Amino acid sequence: MSDNIEKISESMAKLTLKWLSAEDEFPDVRKHNNHMAKVLNLEMYKKLRERVTPNGFTIDGVIQTGVDNPGHPFIMTVGCVAGDEETYEVFKELLDPVIEARHGGYKPQDKHKTDLKSENLKGGDDLDPNYVLSSRVRTGRSIRGFCLPPHCSRGERRAVEKLSVEALDSLSGDLKGKYYALKNMTEAEQQQLIDDHFLFDKPVSPLLLASGMARDWPDARGIWHNNNKTFLVWVNEEDHLRVISMQKGGNMREVFSRFCTGLTKIETLFKERGHAFMWNEHLGYILTCPSNLGTGLRAGVHVKLPNMSKHAKFEEVLKKLRLQKRGTGGVDTAAVGGVFDISNADRLGFSEVELVQMVVDGVKLLVDMEKRLEKGQSIDDLMPAQK
Amino acid sequence: CLKAIMPFGNTHNNFKLNYKVEEEFPDLSKHNNHMAKALTKEIYGKLRDKQTPSGYTLDDVIQTGVDNPGHPFIMTVGCVAGDEESYEVFKDLLDPIISDRHGGYKSTDKHKTDLNFENLKGGDDLDPNYVLSSRVRTGRSIKGYTLPPHNSRGERRAIEKLAVEALTSLDGEFKGKYYPLKSMTDAEQEQLISDHFLFDKPVSPLLTCAGMARDWPDARGIWHNDSKSFLVWVNEEDHLRVISMQKGGNMREVFRRFCVGLQKIEEIFKKHNHGFMWNEHLGYILTCPSNLGTGLRGGVHVKLPKLSTHAKFEEILTRLRLQKRGTGGVDTASVGGVFDISNADRLGSSEVEQVQLVVDGVKLMVEMEKKLEKGEAIDSMIPAQK
Repeated sequence: MSDNIEKISESMAKLTLKWLSAEDEFPDVRKHNNHMAKVLNLEMYKKLRERVTPNGFTIDGVIQTGVDNPGHPFIMTVGCVAGDEETYEVFKELLDPVIEARHGGYKPQDKHKTDLKSENLKGGDDLDPNYVLSSRVRTGRSIRGFCLPPHCSRGERRAVEKLSVEALDSLSGDLKGKYYALKNMTEAEQQQLIDDHFLFDKPVSPLLLASGMARDWPDARGIWHNNNKTFLVWVNEEDHLRVISMQKGGNMREVFSRFCTGLTKIETLFKERGHAFMWNEHLGYILTCPSNLGTGLRAGVHVKLPNMSKHAKFEEVLKKLRLQKRGTGGVDTAAVGGVFDISNADRLGFSEVELVQMVVDGVKLLVDMEKRLEKGQSIDDLMPAQK
Repeated sequence: CLKAIMPFGNTHNNFKLNYKVEEEFPDLSKHNNHMAKALTKEIYGKLRDKQTPSGYTLDDVIQTGVDNPGHPFIMTVGCVAGDEESYEVFKDLLDPIISDRHGGYKSTDKHKTDLNFENLKGGDDLDPNYVLSSRVRTGRSIKGYTLPPHNSRGERRAIEKLAVEALTSLDGEFKGKYYPLKSMTDAEQEQLISDHFLFDKPVSPLLTCAGMARDWPDARGIWHNDSKSFLVWVNEEDHLRVISMQKGGNMREVFRRFCVGLQKIEEIFKKHNHGFMWNEHLGYILTCPSNLGTGLRGGVHVKLPKLSTHAKFEEILTRLRLQKRGTGGVDTASVGGVFDISNADRLGSSEVEQVQLVVDGVKLMVEMEKKLEKGEAIDSMIPAQK
């Protein structure tokens, strides 16, 4: 190796690049509409650019996706991500206000409650299957000690996969299943997973791509599901783990019960191997996107509401019930044939049981309203108070 | 939290060293690009703890090649430079790639730069019934700044500022105007699209995976002269892309304007103590190793409906050291028998030599086309390997 290279490689401290000022570097987010752009200012940027997490994640890493994706006038995206657990602490001056704006006024000193005891849910086993076509609960989990998808290296990602597969392979009973690594899937396996609506694709959303989550695709990514196809885990997509419980029909109680049992078992298996999930009493479960903090939970149904969805007060009812609607393709898709995806709007500041309760109670009410409207009757007396 | 070591140290690169080479080494088993062919575990192990003065690492160099496995028929490069020093710090990987891509170019070879347009012979008489337009482009990187995969917003803005100062001081046939992408009016945008000048936010994953589209459209823009025959792109895939073009077959004039304009721009940059990145081994330093040397692509849009369907078309192109593309540029198909024909080489021959190959080669191919139109054979015209 020449003297020249040796000198260059020797030490980071001898970097010679002249560092430009905060004003020179500050992103132009004047026309941007996302939470990061609304919160970030020059003084904050000046302060935060001098910090780095222990794993080397910087403020520019946090905000890149929000700079690259100006957003939409009607949809407020988050515009920032965490690269590791420490991001939420090191860059709290930015992330606390983003969290507050996104999570209904959640304050830096607030405490988040975790409740994964499915017995605490009231009812939920009798949503009318003529209207409620399917029920699903998902969340994410991050494994402490590893960087998150925007920042992790191939070695880390593979270690997360290895640990996850070991844990999942030791599940038994109705949770017994199999792992399908994306990179060695056969054509037949791939087709089956597509037909089951289990297969996840390489991200195409610029929101995800700009944050670096698709690097090295499909290395160390995969899908695990149980033999009954009611419990599914995505490995290394937008989070280390995405855990999904689902089934046809309206028995949300059963879906949630399987969800809690499965999650708790997985957590125990990880702990036995010396790895906990990232969690703290302020932010609950730590995930890549600040919008998924707390429970990371989205519980929802595909429900037929052709009349209700055209009612002038549909949006208002959803808001009062603390629910949101999506098309049946998931986030940013349109409803087809009057069938909507209705789920909890909140993630942080409420427990899992509380959120699923809102879905169960809210959907029950929406279906009652739909039935009224079918008969040409009014629904004014059914209007809920703000939850 | 840690206080960042300013200028930045690459903490994450050191953190990765906790994992073994085998654990971090990318899976390139299904890949077909130059990087995948050249990268071994030994090279990876040797270079993975290194970084350039600006903090660019081996994983950064190769990311685009890991993310884009390539195509069985098209051999992409699969790596980029983040700064001038990348080519030195990571030479154990980049030298074999450069050799493979640039016809066996050795790490000891010297590259010749010749921007004296008078040295070109002929080139003013390509038949305009066949040669519809002529164009020469190259790229330039400004010394002292890192390259598009790695540069910060502040650096990119400084490059834009310098570029605009240099360009707006040009006069005569080079007098023109700069249109920053982010403050373009709708009317200006329409006009630039009609003129085929506007460049879009990169969608090619080859570019986006290398980080070149970050902060778009901040500090990106297009400058062109009033006659619309000299055009500069600022902060797209390279700091500067310089293009000279016009309708018809007068490549000599296009090349003259190209050389004169480039040299004027270079003088102005030098005055500000920011010359272009260049060295006597690799010539002009650009982001993609495929553009080293001259960075020059001189080409024409030419009607070759008969010749292009001839069995020996590909062979003729190879012997003439030319390549064909569709009229939309790289990775597009030809339309109506009109092809984009340009030099295949970039490194190891000079600008004049490369444009000479285009001029002579296109002249020959037009003559072949004419023969084929008359139903005559072209066997006696097949050239020797240049």
